[in-house]
Amino acid sequence: MPVMDFGDALNLALKEEMRRDGRVYCIGEDIVLGLPFGVTKGLAEEFGLARVRNAPISEAAIVGSSLGAAMTGLVPVVDMHFADFVTCAMDEVVNQIAKSRYMFGGQIACPLTLRMPYGIGKSAGGHHSNSVEAWFVNTPGLKVCMPSTPADARGLLKTAIRDPDPVLIFEHRALYRVQGEVPAEETLVPLGAADVKRAGTDVTVIATARMVGEALLAAEMLAEEGISAEVVDPRSLVPLDRATLAASVAKTHRVVIAEEGPMRASVGAWLAWVVMEQSFDELDAPIARVAAPDVPIPFSPPMEAFVTAHAGQIVAAARELMK
Amino acid sequence: MVEEGAPTPAPDASHARIARAMTHAPGPDQLLQMYAAMLRVRRFEERARELYHAGRIPGFIHLSVGQEGVAVGVGAALRRDDYLLSTHRGHGHLIAKGGSLRALMAEIFGKATGCCKGKGGSMHIADASVGYLGANGVLASGCVLAPGVGLSIQMRGTDQVVAVLFGDGAANRGPFHEGVNLSALWRAPVVFVCENNSWASTTAHELSTAGGSIAARAAGYGIPGVAVDGNDALAVHAAVAEAVRRARGGDGPSLIEAKTVRWLGHHEGDPQAYRPKSEVEEGRRQDPIARLRAHLEGAALLDAAHAARVAQAIEADVEDAIAFAESSPLPEPHHALDDLFVHWPWKD
Ligand SMILES: Cc1ncc(C[n+]2csc(CCOP(=O)(O)OP(=O)(O)O)c2C)c(N)n1
Ligand SMILES: [Mg+2]
Repeated sequence: MPVMDFGDALNLALKEEMRRDGRVYCIGEDIVLGLPFGVTKGLAEEFGLARVRNAPISEAAIVGSSLGAAMTGLVPVVDMHFADFVTCAMDEVVNQIAKSRYMFGGQIACPLTLRMPYGIGKSAGGHHSNSVEAWFVNTPGLKVCMPSTPADARGLLKTAIRDPDPVLIFEHRALYRVQGEVPAEETLVPLGAADVKRAGTDVTVIATARMVGEALLAAEMLAEEGISAEVVDPRSLVPLDRATLAASVAKTHRVVIAEEGPMRASVGAWLAWVVMEQSFDELDAPIARVAAPDVPIPFSPPMEAFVTAHAGQIVAAARELMK
Repeated sequence: MVEEGAPTPAPDASHARIARAMTHAPGPDQLLQMYAAMLRVRRFEERARELYHAGRIPGFIHLSVGQEGVAVGVGAALRRDDYLLSTHRGHGHLIAKGGSLRALMAEIFGKATGCCKGKGGSMHIADASVGYLGANGVLASGCVLAPGVGLSIQMRGTDQVVAVLFGDGAANRGPFHEGVNLSALWRAPVVFVCENNSWASTTAHELSTAGGSIAARAAGYGIPGVAVDGNDALAVHAAVAEAVRRARGGDGPSLIEAKTVRWLGHHEGDPQAYRPKSEVEEGRRQDPIARLRAHLEGAALLDAAHAARVAQAIEADVEDAIAFAESSPLPEPHHALDDLFVHWPWKD
């Protein structure tokens, strides 16, 4: 299988989908030159400036116009630049995109994709570092996926573009240059299909995106101590593959849920409830969580490191469960 | 002055009138201070650039080399107790407002002695001690804070003003329009200053901005709108000083568009493939510092020896700030948990 990095895999997905379907277009700030993370590089050369549209710094209009276009027959792929700036288009995402189909009794479809480059790292500071997926998981009417590998990134983005509903795909900034095998043939990854990234028998670690890598690292470290960790990557949060989570818990009876965002009212908090609800009788220990403290992301490296969820915390949590 | 509801004069006519009036023309001391302030910004940014590439400054930084005329034109027209709201490209704005070089340098180094204790960094700096209410990592967001600062000034009954800086790209966000409208509605003491360097990252001004002129947008809100040469610190100062006079006098907000040139990349590390080198070369010929220097020399306010002393003093200040930043401690990791709330006795 060819090896490519996460960003190139997303780029491939965009190219494949734009070739397949003339209704697909990309819009965002500075995307013609592939900024900010190279994902849209080369698209303008192949598809022209009508389908690869640099927009003014007008997030509300970028996202809102995409809804208008999606309602009337186009298939927009919006580059949010940094997911943090979705705050500047929150009405458009939460009140307009998420609710249009439902409020209008199913008359209107909204087949658009929001690409959300996000996440902590490299001292980007409080306005460019946040994990905001919980806001949208908590917004009925949006589908939400979070790839952790290049193959999943390509497969999920393709699925998101083809999906008849609005899909947010969270692309962690730290993953863009991570390499991985990507199938040579066109491969889609369905929504609602978790993937077991490492099989194990003692403890299930549930993680998405960057935290999958941390979970795999933790599993290596735990293996040296004789603890067998299974790493389950839900890949999409809405819809959620509950069955794969249940099957894993039925095997391991212990669960660590790891995420990058803050503790309070988070995706991990919700997943813990899902596990508790469907697997209560299987659990041999309380569910453990790894997440960031409830503070904004600080700039200075020692403080940023302090709030960055990492493998060591997963190891500590798993050890505790095994006691 | 423009009456409420009256059409706004065309930018050029208005500018010419302001330039003619020159009621706020700076005296010799202030001219020399403005020259020194621009040089201070320039040297700070140039040294920050070197230190960034030497790996001493984390994150990413947006430098304002070439744009000093705007920062200092604005800063010199404000009092120390006036307020300033700034942008991601804000080092120069803070320096021009009288901020401490030490606290600024330490902050962008991520040190505990920085003005935000290392929590903010280059794009998110505030220094309340000089009324600098914050750089901003989110473009145009300051524009909607400004009417509130103005309201506070009105309700507290002081004669302060607030200036808010934003880029040409940021002027295409809704908060710019909402902030100008609300300020005009409230006759709030706000001076909107668009720093138009003709680029928003890789996107050219004319490809993103319908109508071209930011200043002309003032007409829609019934406030004065003027375009000035941002490479001429005195022109910026004259326009801002007039806007400040109006604001202090209760005549409400103004909008100034200062046209300037960004000599460096959008951020450090930007390869700038999207713009011709000639553009920067042309920009360098309009160097705001050289221009004011020529003006000062022409007026016999500055000679080579004096200029050398000024440069030397600034060099010493900047090196002192660097030494301070270098020798300052990093924050303790757990200081990440401090400063979230004023009041938090709970163990949650
Ligand atoms: C709301 C928002 N959208 C996008 C960005 C990313 N971004 C940072 S600077 C920039 C260009 C800004 O251009 P301009 O306002 O002209 O300021 P300049 O950089 O030229 O000083 C962009 C798009 C941001 N910081 N905030
Ligand atoms: Mg600009």
